[in-house]
Amino acid sequence: MADFVSGFWNMWVMVLVALSLLFCVFVLASNMKGEKNEAGEAELHGHVWDETLCEYNNPLPRWWMYLFWITIFFAVAYMIVFPGFGNTKGLFGWSSAHGEHSQYAREMKAAEEKYGPIFAKYQSQDLMAVAADPEAKAMGQRMFLTYCAQCHGSDAKGAKGFPNLTDNDWLYGGAPDTIKASILDGRQGMMPPFGPAVGAEGAKDLANYVRSLSGLTHDSARAQKGSELFVQNGCVGCHGMDGTGNQAIGAPNLTDKTWLYGSSEATVIETVSNGRQGKMPAWKDFLGDAKVHLLAAYVYSLSNK
Amino acid sequence: MQSQATYNYKVVRQFAIMTVVWGIVGMLVGVIAAAQLVWPELNFAEWFHFGRLRPLHTNAVIFAFGGCALFATSYYVVQRTGHTTLFAPGLAQFTFWGWQLVIVLAAISLPLGFTQGKEYAELEWPIDLLIAVVWVSYAIVFFGTVAKRRTSHIYVANWFFGAFILTVALLHIVNSMAIPVSLTKSYSAYAGVQDAMIQWWYGHNAVGFFLTAGFLGMMYYFVPKQAERPVYSYRLSVVHFWALIFTYMWAGPHHLHYTALPDWTQSVGMVFSLILLAPSWGGMINGIMTLSGAWHKLRTDPILKFLITSLSFYGMSTFEGPMMSVKTVNALSHYTDWTVGHVHSGALGWVAMVSIGSIYYLLPRMYGKTEMYSTKLITTHFWVATIGVVLYIASMWIAGVMQGLMWRATNPDGTLTYSFVESVKASYPFWSIRLLGGVLFLGGMLIMFYNMLKTISGHQAYDAPVVAPAAAHA
Repeated sequence: MADFVSGFWNMWVMVLVALSLLFCVFVLASNMKGEKNEAGEAELHGHVWDETLCEYNNPLPRWWMYLFWITIFFAVAYMIVFPGFGNTKGLFGWSSAHGEHSQYAREMKAAEEKYGPIFAKYQSQDLMAVAADPEAKAMGQRMFLTYCAQCHGSDAKGAKGFPNLTDNDWLYGGAPDTIKASILDGRQGMMPPFGPAVGAEGAKDLANYVRSLSGLTHDSARAQKGSELFVQNGCVGCHGMDGTGNQAIGAPNLTDKTWLYGSSEATVIETVSNGRQGKMPAWKDFLGDAKVHLLAAYVYSLSNK
Repeated sequence: MQSQATYNYKVVRQFAIMTVVWGIVGMLVGVIAAAQLVWPELNFAEWFHFGRLRPLHTNAVIFAFGGCALFATSYYVVQRTGHTTLFAPGLAQFTFWGWQLVIVLAAISLPLGFTQGKEYAELEWPIDLLIAVVWVSYAIVFFGTVAKRRTSHIYVANWFFGAFILTVALLHIVNSMAIPVSLTKSYSAYAGVQDAMIQWWYGHNAVGFFLTAGFLGMMYYFVPKQAERPVYSYRLSVVHFWALIFTYMWAGPHHLHYTALPDWTQSVGMVFSLILLAPSWGGMINGIMTLSGAWHKLRTDPILKFLITSLSFYGMSTFEGPMMSVKTVNALSHYTDWTVGHVHSGALGWVAMVSIGSIYYLLPRMYGKTEMYSTKLITTHFWVATIGVVLYIASMWIAGVMQGLMWRATNPDGTLTYSFVESVKASYPFWSIRLLGGVLFLGGMLIMFYNMLKTISGHQAYDAPVVAPAAAHA
């Protein structure tokens, strides 16, 4: 469906808003009067339905009428002061998020002025020194719980598909600057799917071989076939001849006890057949270097106590 | 004075009984969902997961329970106040079976995960088509009956029922526009923020017309009938009816405050939501003031207790709603349990209670009686339900405001004081109280079910003869 970008729609909405308000004014204004009779009760309205149903014609309660008028006046005033009547900008050009004078921009600027120096203080310090500073670590942890805990968990121990950050076992390396780079620019895991190339049997053979690398139970005959497939299909290109991986490209070590997606035969077959595309988002634009510096220090401290 | 023909009570009877049945089913699913929040391990299967059961709960209580109540009462009221039988009775039967089919299809397809992902409009396109057909049939039956009425004036309850039927047809058809890719999957015809805006134009008007106008129609018949008093003010009903119709249409954007929706649209949604306060209260005033001169009946008549309490909750919710639509308040309340509490003070306090009161009036009359099997059990139901609602909404208020405050609390360095999961942890006690409130309300429905069975069993279905219009109309 086409977007409603034509200027016509502003006019359309203006007319409808005005008509709706005028209609409210009309029904209200034309029913302001109404008298109770001498006995204090309004007259019956003169129709009877279903044997007993009839209606008084009492006047509108005064307080209710005033309430109605007040809300109508408020609506008109609000739409003069703020954007609201079609594409009018309002008296003060207020905007929630557009332009440098928007409420969002002003609040972000004020926050930057107030909190920026607190973070900037640590930015120039060496990451390992920051990691040793209890106050900086506490700030880092607070940010971790806001931005990182959704995937890595409140205790940073990860979950299926999301790395444990406390075990000093690293996909891309655990040097302070590497951790910071992972957070700043993000990481894109790229295990290609081998199902089409090796088939179901081949995937099972490969899984048995991979499990044998870390000493898990396996079928030796299948593992033997798998070891050949491991070379033929180019697994060695990333994971290496000995399967110990390559941190430069984030290829996991297959000989250790750490399994990002799980070590069961079925899970490894799934990984081999369909591949894995783990994604760590980039935080540079959202958080900025100063905050990431503190976060990196906190994450570093988790494995280097 | 009485002619030979009888009112068509059959379809009213069918819908009235199914109101109670679907009420129990829908509220049971709600109780299960509430329990899943307290004990997450209850999410033990894909089809039994909170994310699947929650839309089943909302669809079941709004469209199965609320829908059946509206069909039953509107078919009854339009006949009684028009002094005529139902137009196209065969089509009326079709609306009953068609609507039950929609409900059963929803109960199967939602747990299986088939959804359009639009709140209160989750059902996939084949079911949407069936709804459209049933709804148009409903309109034909209702307006056909209005057209063949034997009174010069259309009674006020029918204005509200009529507005509800017309508007829901419009809302449903526009919002459900989708491009099917298979029998069970479709994509919305709208994109991005426009899709969101159309969804909440639908969503809030579902509240405004399905859950408000329709039930005000119910109120305008059953309150004066049960109180045996004239409606307080014809003039007030004219003003608040038209004002309600003209302003509800605009209120939807308040569901999208502080989103990608343009500022001006948010403003329009907010100011019209505020204007809605008076027209909404007009209905409450007209209902409650109808009782003036007969207040003493509230002491002894539990049906009247239900009806008048429902109006009190209606007044409270329609005050709360405009306040929550104010952007500054919304910044605190949005995405919290406050919203859930607000919805339930409307859904349980207003919609369910006015329906329950009306069905208690209706059921015995469907079997040639004027009283339910046990008035005492109605009183018990009333108190159990009222305590349930109060526990529900009070716990959600506290939880909601607490969540809003926790989410915005910051440390001296600008970082958030609480992680999200801490607000979840702090909410547990209130979710337990909410569960208790829900269990009580469901318990009340079970009492009603027992009372209904006892009222019906051993009695022949009865169709009252059509009453001739009063002489003034002749």
